[in-house]
Amino acid sequence: MKDHTGFLRWAFWLVLVLFLGWDFLRSPAIDLRQEPPLVAAGSGQVVEGGHCSSVK
Amino acid sequence: MKRVPLAAALAAFFILLVWSVSVRQAVLFLVGIGYGAVLAGARFGFTTGWRNLVEQRDPRGVYGQLLLLALAAILAMPLLGHFTELHAALGPPSVSLLVGAFVFGLTMQIADGCGSGTLYKAGLGVPLNMAILPLFAIGSFLGSVQMHDWLSLGQLEPVGLVQAWGLGPALAATLVSLAVIAVVVRVWVGSGKALFEETLGLGRDRAGRAGDDQPRDRRPAVGRGVRLRAVGRQGRAGARHLRSRAEPVLGRCGQRTAPGPVRAAGRDVDHEHRPARGALWVATRKPPSGKPLTPLQWTIGLAAGFVMGYSSRLGFGCNVGAMFSGISTGSVHGWIWLVMAFLGTLIGLRVRRRFAF
Repeated sequence: MKDHTGFLRWAFWLVLVLFLGWDFLRSPAIDLRQEPPLVAAGSGQVVEGGHCSSVK
Repeated sequence: MKRVPLAAALAAFFILLVWSVSVRQAVLFLVGIGYGAVLAGARFGFTTGWRNLVEQRDPRGVYGQLLLLALAAILAMPLLGHFTELHAALGPPSVSLLVGAFVFGLTMQIADGCGSGTLYKAGLGVPLNMAILPLFAIGSFLGSVQMHDWLSLGQLEPVGLVQAWGLGPALAATLVSLAVIAVVVRVWVGSGKALFEETLGLGRDRAGRAGDDQPRDRRPAVGRGVRLRAVGRQGRAGARHLRSRAEPVLGRCGQRTAPGPVRAAGRDVDHEHRPARGALWVATRKPPSGKPLTPLQWTIGLAAGFVMGYSSRLGFGCNVGAMFSGISTGSVHGWIWLVMAFLGTLIGLRVRRRFAF
């Protein structure tokens, strides 16, 4: 069986990088002036963001 | 990829995240790297732990998971109880959850990896998992599109034990439940079975010692962090076990010489982490009986990966997102997920044997 490992590796990372780039470009612009706290606990800001358990 | 270019690329992406997104996301990026490195280096996972329990009556993987859940609950629940900013990983008990968790447990055995397992195996360069990962994402996307249709079949409001009972009772109930599972597992496997590793991996490198064909490494493991592998499923078989596990996906994929991704990944994730390097070094060697995956096995594996992604959305998470996060933060849906996924695994193991994975 011919070894396609090298091709698969590069294809994988290429697709991943392209996807990240596409996602970055398509997503709404990030408001850098409303940066979430590094540690949510004790910050007073309710945690937001996606989680697997979320219905959204 | 060499370590230095890889480290430079990671550092550059970290800086990019800090500059263009947020410090929080950048730090999460580092957390993800560490998470992947630990999982890959320790070969800690859920799929094989369950499989070993069912097929070999080997409880070590499951006991490692139970201990992990208990520790996470001990850490997470007090945080939830004291900081109102934090939320539990709550998912709604629903038809969607029942179906999704069952199907996920079934397909993860065929795909030989749950969500996190697929991720780190793809990072290691295992061809089947590299191919599964994008299909998993597509399936998950499709599941999110159809989520509300599934929820319309019936759902209840999410239940969080910390919110419903308070910190003390919730944590106690969680720990007692985990202990009950441990007792049931212990009874089922019978006496004479090792429940944990002999050591917790804090004194010496057991993977290096246990390997039958790799250099020994008795350097102190100080500073290597929590050794999940030590309480995980690896056991004394060490590298032999790793090789046997790698056989279906590595050996059969014809990586005899395996000069590329697996070994390279070993260098990538192995920052003086000898167990990972040793395990990967063993994994790259083709076992004598290794056979390539057949086209039928490839087809089934890829289909399983796609369905697994779809079901992960229906089940409100995978082993980590639903079970680990849910149970450790007191979500009832995590417990439901555990039961249904284990039932699905029982079927998945039969399918796996049927197609000689």
